[in-house]
Amino acid sequence: MNAAEVMIEAASHLETLPLMQLSGLGKAYGAVTVLSGVDLDIRSGEVHAIIGENGAGKSTLMRLISGHVKPSAGTIRLSGELVEFQNPAAAENAGIALVHQEILLADGLTVVENLFLGRELTRNGVIDDRAMERIAVQRLADLGCTASPRALIRSLPIAQRQLVQIARALLEDHRLVIFDEPTAVLTTTEVDTLLGIVRGLRDQGAAVLYISHRLNEVEALADRITVLRDGKMIGTYDAANVTQEDMARLMVGRELSMLYPPKRGVSTAAPVLEIEHLSVPGFVEDASLVARPGEVLGLGGMIGAGRTELFEGLLGLRPAKVGEVRVSGKAVRIRSVADGVDVGIGYLTEDRKGKGLLLRERLAPNLVLTALSRLYRKPYIEQSLEQRELDRAVDEYDIRVRSKRLEAGQLSGGNQQKLLLAKIMMLDPKVVIIDEPTRGIDIGNKSQIYSFIDALIRAGKACIVISSELQELVGLCDRILVMRAGSIVAEFAGNDITEEAVVLAATSGGPNAAAGGKH
Amino acid sequence: MSDITAMPAREPWLQRINWVDIGPFIALGILVIVGVLINPDFLSPTNIANVVTRSAFIAIIAVGATFVISSGGLDLSVGAMTAFVTGIMIMFMNAMVPSLGGNAIIAGMALALCVGALCGLFNGLIVTVGKIEPFIVTLGTMGIFRALITFMSDGGNIPLDRSLREPFRPVYYGSFAGIPIPILVSIAVASVGAFILYKTKFGRRCAAVGANEEVARFSGISVGRIRTLAFVIQGICVAIAAICYVPRLGAATPTTGQLWELQVITAVVIGGTALRGGKGRIWGTVAGAVILEMIANLMVLSNFISEYLVAAVQGIIIIIAMLVQRFSKQP
Repeated sequence: MNAAEVMIEAASHLETLPLMQLSGLGKAYGAVTVLSGVDLDIRSGEVHAIIGENGAGKSTLMRLISGHVKPSAGTIRLSGELVEFQNPAAAENAGIALVHQEILLADGLTVVENLFLGRELTRNGVIDDRAMERIAVQRLADLGCTASPRALIRSLPIAQRQLVQIARALLEDHRLVIFDEPTAVLTTTEVDTLLGIVRGLRDQGAAVLYISHRLNEVEALADRITVLRDGKMIGTYDAANVTQEDMARLMVGRELSMLYPPKRGVSTAAPVLEIEHLSVPGFVEDASLVARPGEVLGLGGMIGAGRTELFEGLLGLRPAKVGEVRVSGKAVRIRSVADGVDVGIGYLTEDRKGKGLLLRERLAPNLVLTALSRLYRKPYIEQSLEQRELDRAVDEYDIRVRSKRLEAGQLSGGNQQKLLLAKIMMLDPKVVIIDEPTRGIDIGNKSQIYSFIDALIRAGKACIVISSELQELVGLCDRILVMRAGSIVAEFAGNDITEEAVVLAATSGGPNAAAGGKH
Repeated sequence: MSDITAMPAREPWLQRINWVDIGPFIALGILVIVGVLINPDFLSPTNIANVVTRSAFIAIIAVGATFVISSGGLDLSVGAMTAFVTGIMIMFMNAMVPSLGGNAIIAGMALALCVGALCGLFNGLIVTVGKIEPFIVTLGTMGIFRALITFMSDGGNIPLDRSLREPFRPVYYGSFAGIPIPILVSIAVASVGAFILYKTKFGRRCAAVGANEEVARFSGISVGRIRTLAFVIQGICVAIAAICYVPRLGAATPTTGQLWELQVITAVVIGGTALRGGKGRIWGTVAGAVILEMIANLMVLSNFISEYLVAAVQGIIIIIAMLVQRFSKQP
């Protein structure tokens, strides 16, 4: 090999050098590894999609790349050079922008003020409102955002806010733009505009990392696709070679374990809860469903599909329009959780720390909080009675505590969840609605929670499980309704329940899509 | 991993809880010791009775404030409300003297309790139905009550009828079994308050609403009703304090109860109740009220610091109390 050849090879090497190289990248919090072994090349001028189920590690990966979180293993190279971002600003200075999944804008400021927050334009040391507004108008128009630059963020609908957030990320030119579920809250036309913007960025030579649940978008947009599952990288594929079905299979692809109790089969008993035509403005559109004793009814769909909001609307926790609700065949009016308790509906929130338990309160007061009126006929409380109830609950739900005088916040996640379940079961509800029954708890506790759910079904109660964990939904439920963008779009029962079918229905409309929503 | 988070070391936890609970009483003890060192007369029964009696008004109102604050609210209007209730009560008693004679006092007390409860209900409903910050609502009603008493007294004062002074006098100056009546009243109010807050469903719900409104809502608690009731309790406590106050001064003036809201909030916070809501500490609140009065008394008895600086020292105390709360909450 002569010198010229070496030079040519070096030059061609330089040409094909990826913008960003991740090798062995991983993140662990304490003993819990949430992501490991990611080897990935991101090239300029490509749209690279990252797909995976909830909890697969997509958002963690994005945070690592954009400097929000520091890796605990592996390296990041930018244009061949080793980099370690100390904070998001460092990543941004290196030309990396992240469009967050959540809206992170200052509610009380205007669109322009938000766009330029922290990088205001000045002239002679004074804020140059006119220049900023001129640029803002231009950028918003590019995105098809109709919001006035002087409108307060608070006054904008959620989709407009998302567009403002995207405009903010694109205000300066970046080498790598990361979109984390950008279309979750957008309507079809807005999505089309956004896809155009993404293609534009690619054509200008930027690299785009695109995270989405919506497989049809991924298929339409991506040049390459990387699949994550359970915190591990499954592989990178050329988009031309994979179909949406392939993607769903790759995202799911694992064996059903023995985690779940045997299924009970579809129930034919008379419905205990019937909801007709329930709408929650902005979240749920005309949802109807029935729950029968003897079966676990699952509610699947992506985060933001309106599942939680449906039941919060049912219980008067959000403004909602309800056609009719019947419990055991009798029409009821539910305006509050207390009304729900009275007619026999127990609701376990997905947010056990924020909405479920008083973390700085002891276990017994937490356990009996909803059931106070049932437990005590007289206005005053008796500590000994509460302690007996706690002893019983600790025993029945296997809540592992060192001392019964602990505060709820000192329990592990799994024990908190068991306490919350015990709290709801104190009401002896006919229908138990459990939102994310096993979020953030370990496998042993998971399996116990599943057996408690099975036990309550066998005791003749109905149970509705809302879950973003596909495996859980498929493994646990006898019947599954899938929601997408606020509507119930599909129903699966018995042998029709497969992870692939649910994913497909939740993301791009499955075979049952047209038939769904009748029940 | 989960076992570790579930089981923090035993010692720090116990220490932390005890410290916040008994902190105010330790502070009270230290003050007494300092007092004796400064002036041996400090511990004389007369002086102690005097100090505690004078702290009674603040203590009684602060018991009500403990409910409001532990339910996540705040009431700035208590000082002005005291003046307003006092004014109404005196005017009513004076008007009833010709027909009821000495019984006008009983009727006036009953009316005061009703007016106090209604004032509290008014505050509570604006906060919960109007969904406005309690700070703003009670800032507004503070102005209203203060203006009303100024208007009613025409800028001067509303004196109690001469014939009622003598029969009413024991309510402040009298004693039972050697203990001044106001002290007995505060102990009674605090005992009832402690029972309600710690031993009833309402008290439990009150603390739940203040600790985390969302958890309360999701637990089927009517947040608005609980908050409103807390304000009503506050109003009743204000009325009780007003009843004890009238025989001491014998009149209502536009400056009656001025800046009491600050002393009341200070007493509650010194007592260990978190200003952001949650668990209330009734007996801590009472200790807080006594501490405030004792500091003022010590400054009068000693020659180290000018008594004009009483408010400054009380201000320092509240800041220290907040710092103690902040740092003792760190795990």
